[in-house]
Amino acid sequence: MNVRVLAKAPSFTSLVTVALLVAMLLVGGALYDGFLSLQVLLNLLIDNAFLLVIAIGMGFVILSGGIDLSVGAVLALATMIAAWLLQVAHWPPLAVIAFVLLLGAGFGAGMGAIIHYFRLQPFIVTLAGMFLARGLCYLISIESITIDDPLFVAMSQTQLPFFGGFLSPGALIALGMLGLAIWLAHYSGFGRAVYAIGGNETSAAMMGLAVGRTKVLVYALSSFCAALAGVLFAFYMLSGYGLHAQGTELDAIAAVVIGGTLLTGGYGYVAGALSGVLVLGTIQTLIAFDGTLSSWWTRIVIGGLLFVFCVVQRVMAFGKK
Amino acid sequence: MAVNDIPALQPPARAPLASRMLGHRLFRPLAALAVLLLIDFLLIPGFFHLEVRDGHLYGALVDIVNRAAPLMLAAIGMTLVIATRGIDISVGAVVALSGTVASMLIGGTMVMQDGVPVYLADTPMLVAIAAALGAALLCGLWNGALVAGLGLQPIVATLILMVAGRGLAQLLTDGQIVTVYYQPYFFLGSGYLFGLPFALFVVAVVFGVTALLLRHTALGLFIQAVGINPVAARLAGIRTAALIVFVYVFAATCAGMAGLLISSNVKSADANNAGLMLELDAILAVTLGGTSLAGGKFSLAGSLVGALIIQTLTYTIYSLGVPPEVNMVVKSVVVFLVCISQSDQFRQLWQRRRA
Repeated sequence: MNVRVLAKAPSFTSLVTVALLVAMLLVGGALYDGFLSLQVLLNLLIDNAFLLVIAIGMGFVILSGGIDLSVGAVLALATMIAAWLLQVAHWPPLAVIAFVLLLGAGFGAGMGAIIHYFRLQPFIVTLAGMFLARGLCYLISIESITIDDPLFVAMSQTQLPFFGGFLSPGALIALGMLGLAIWLAHYSGFGRAVYAIGGNETSAAMMGLAVGRTKVLVYALSSFCAALAGVLFAFYMLSGYGLHAQGTELDAIAAVVIGGTLLTGGYGYVAGALSGVLVLGTIQTLIAFDGTLSSWWTRIVIGGLLFVFCVVQRVMAFGKK
Repeated sequence: MAVNDIPALQPPARAPLASRMLGHRLFRPLAALAVLLLIDFLLIPGFFHLEVRDGHLYGALVDIVNRAAPLMLAAIGMTLVIATRGIDISVGAVVALSGTVASMLIGGTMVMQDGVPVYLADTPMLVAIAAALGAALLCGLWNGALVAGLGLQPIVATLILMVAGRGLAQLLTDGQIVTVYYQPYFFLGSGYLFGLPFALFVVAVVFGVTALLLRHTALGLFIQAVGINPVAARLAGIRTAALIVFVYVFAATCAGMAGLLISSNVKSADANNAGLMLELDAILAVTLGGTSLAGGKFSLAGSLVGALIIQTLTYTIYSLGVPPEVNMVVKSVVVFLVCISQSDQFRQLWQRRRA
């Protein structure tokens, strides 16, 4: 296959991302000792497990042509409710997790219903949802609540052996979720409906697809993912706090776009979330390994990458016409 | 529009005053503000009390208006952006950037004059302010170029600057909070002119100039046309791209001025926290003021009222002793209600119920 054909293939941006990831890892390996060890790569997954789960949910929303700005706040709310139920109400941990996940899905379904039935723009509804979720966090407590539940502590400390390195249970859950999401997106009726709505909502409705139900489910799925990410975040940080994960929604959108999903909806791979998240994680690791670059470089580089990928998407869209 | 004009050739039967007032687009925002003020009047003793001290006007009302000034500026800019069906979520980052630029350039060096320490500006203040506004203007050009030139969705185009803008500001200051020592700079944010806060005059001038531009040039009509149907507007010969770039530049410049007011008021620039969430408040103010998020229908005065509603709400919540965190919940519920009540579906439901 020659280069021109490849550049016109729809999966081109996804391939660029994977190439970029490999290049960044190789550059890191050349510059810093010990960068290219298995454990550094596994740590990428461990540290970004929650972001991966959020990006999966965001991937579905963007595929359907919408956007969800509330995910970071829902994550914080999930950690807060989980911490409060565990520490103050003394619920059993499994019941807490189930409750938080259900609540997340319900929250998203509510936003989806408002978006669909009142024909409001997704960004304003989810923006309000973000305010609501963060506000509710502070209603529970302004302070951070530390979690000392045995199950949560065990989850944060367990190291599962993995080809000579180790993974955390949270990272495994995130990978499991990714597998489930790939099946959902590419092998289920729901996934096909999401792609169809993202392509053109009117024609999806004319084809007889359940547009309303699918849209509500998409937002429910996104908030469910955010709540699951909250549980993983609680495993990771062992605390609930209203200020957790500020700005994560932007990282998630960036990860999805970098992973090759079209912002206009209808085109992309859910698996792209993994490469997008790993690229973001690698940037952070590179900056940490360098030691002289300050943390704000992360934001500048992410902004720059977002810009480059948006431009590539647009140029490809023009090329098609 | 032309079709609607035809019946106007015969003098229309004037509706009774009351129903004309009820139908006015400013009625709902003003009524909301009035209800809030009434609650304040009943619950907070001395809320409407104003007094003149040292030739300045003091009181809760003055305080609210003064604190709402940056938000009002941001909301004026946001109104035009939303009127063209756009959105600008980089407002907070631009506020941080312009405040940082101004504070860094002005700084303040202590010099002994006749045995008295006096702080001198590192750069002439006007130059520093011009540089800050210039930086904001560049941000606006960037946003406008992405939206109009590349055709990105406005929320994504401005997302880039929202993520990177604060990073740039932190890069400038090396992550530190920059303190300003130069006295005259404080006048912008906390000075008084004719007994009223100076910030108010800034807002009044910006509002006046914008309103004049919109009403006495074709600009307002063009913006409305682009908001109602961008394609039709372009086919009608309006230079849509230039107009959209102008709107984003204008919004960023307004945000830049808000940044100057904020940094001058707190006498420092904090790249991490200055103007945090201001974009959300600005969008909320614009929505509350009756501007439609679907574009086309906008009201500058409404946005000012919206900003005042938000600030009054904040003030009320603080003075009633309710934990300030409730503020976010209340705001979000208000956004949900306002948006739902603006939607056509809700109106249809409402009319069906009445019929």
